[in-house]
Amino acid sequence: MSKTIRQIQRGLARGEFSSIEITQDYLTAIKAHNPTINCYITITDELALQQAKTADERIAAGQAQALTGVPLAHKDIFCTDGVKTSCGSKMLDNFIAPYNATVIENIEASGAVMLGKTNMDEFAMGSSTENSYYGPAVNPWDHQRVPGGSSGGSAAAVAAGLAPAATGTDTGGSIRQPAALCGITGIKPTYGRVSRYGMIAFGSSLDQGGAFARTAEDCAQLIQTMAGFDPRDSTSIDHPVPNYSETLDGNIKGLRIGLPKEFFADGLDSNIAGVLEAAIDEYRKLGAEIVEVSLPNSKLSVPVYYVVALAECSSNLSRFDGVRFGYRCENPKDLEDLYKRSRGEGFGEEVKRRILLGTYALSAGYYDAYYLKAQQVRRLIKQDFERAFEDVDIIAAPTTPEIAFKLGEKTDDPVSMYLQDIYTLFLNLAGLPGMSIPAGFSQGMPVGLQLIANYFDEARLLNTAHQFQQASDWHLQSAEVK
Amino acid sequence: MTLKTEDVRNIAHLARLQVDDESIERYATDLSNVLVLVEQLNQLDTSGITPMAHPLDATQRLRDDAVNETDLRDKFQNIAPDVKNGLYRVPKVIE
Repeated sequence: MSKTIRQIQRGLARGEFSSIEITQDYLTAIKAHNPTINCYITITDELALQQAKTADERIAAGQAQALTGVPLAHKDIFCTDGVKTSCGSKMLDNFIAPYNATVIENIEASGAVMLGKTNMDEFAMGSSTENSYYGPAVNPWDHQRVPGGSSGGSAAAVAAGLAPAATGTDTGGSIRQPAALCGITGIKPTYGRVSRYGMIAFGSSLDQGGAFARTAEDCAQLIQTMAGFDPRDSTSIDHPVPNYSETLDGNIKGLRIGLPKEFFADGLDSNIAGVLEAAIDEYRKLGAEIVEVSLPNSKLSVPVYYVVALAECSSNLSRFDGVRFGYRCENPKDLEDLYKRSRGEGFGEEVKRRILLGTYALSAGYYDAYYLKAQQVRRLIKQDFERAFEDVDIIAAPTTPEIAFKLGEKTDDPVSMYLQDIYTLFLNLAGLPGMSIPAGFSQGMPVGLQLIANYFDEARLLNTAHQFQQASDWHLQSAEVK
Repeated sequence: MTLKTEDVRNIAHLARLQVDDESIERYATDLSNVLVLVEQLNQLDTSGITPMAHPLDATQRLRDDAVNETDLRDKFQNIAPDVKNGLYRVPKVIE
């Protein structure tokens, strides 16, 4: 089942199979393997077959659009009208979204079929999906290991061949890290590129929707339907969306790729470093010029991120109060008891930890010392990138400091879990677009190479990734379940 | 910066979050550990640097003051925990 979007489109166009047939194949595979991989929270089989039927009719009528008849999976953070949208939380276990997120609306309008909603860390807070109310998803390459997070379900579904591609969100690495750990391709666009309307908020100045697929070519197609200005999202940016597929084949001879010296130093696993060096060599062969750049303030991205993201999360999650939707405790004795117990019982451990820290950082007397200070350092981190991009077109870095870790290995130590995101957080702080592409293996587990481009330069990012995939076959390795 | 159990109780109240007595101690330790990490920020002199609220320094967009939302009241009330006569119900607030 490890088909790409491109292969499915070709098959549909040639009449090799119908959308109903390919959708049914995926649903059968999901039913067989989801109990093991646990990558889906909700399987929308009836809806999928209905959408596939409509797609087949459109194809027959010669009215096919960009993704007509292609089955896809969506992270359970995107509101889907009439379908449970849990965000991986007990708080929203009973929540049937009353409207569609703009991302869902755009993808539906392009004719795609929804297979289901994927597993994730509760409210996108985590790096392993172990914080999901529905239990962890597992890594298809080794079921004892995590698929990464927070969009771990989407990544595992694509890697296992239980969806050709999937949506995700990335607040601090939640697309790039699971893409790396599951050996697939993931893209997080520029902040403001993809609408956040109907995407359940975690850190509003960091959150960005994006995509997982087997290839950069497929990512280009999916991002094409997702990107664009949305007046319903006040932080959406009105900036033209180019045709990403058109520039994939561009020659990268003379492309300047910068390697931040800080990221290829201490703390990076030596096997991973070896894999990445080989990947960089591949770029040399393709004619890219490799130069050193410096991002001196990026070492502070972990503390900056955990102040900014947690402050924003404590504010965003105050809407879950047990009054209008979501979980409500039994027999509240008064309004305060209703708030406190609904939230105390509805949220999991990590979410509570983050709300507490964020509340503390924003409380009277501490605001300047934490939130304001973090926002100042955040600007310094952004300025490092601005300087680097005066000299280079693309920055290459590791995606993760190690391969997928074992389930349970880091759950008792929040700080060691936070340090898993050491190479991904700065991108969200700066608001830049980034990708992770499969670059090789260490101990039989996939290793990702992270590529970073300047603001709104997703086209160059996808082109750079696609050229690597034309010259290598790491992205064709499959952990497909049999 | 180390947080005591009393601090955690106070923060939990501000966040309207019930935290069990058995977990208070652990939260105090966990939160203190994260604060140690955050203290690295003090290494840096940031005087004169404008705090960054938006990655692209965009400002709030304004729109015409016109109705552009459709009425979804029934849909919203269908998923509410407790409604009566079109109103959301909570325990009595005023005696």
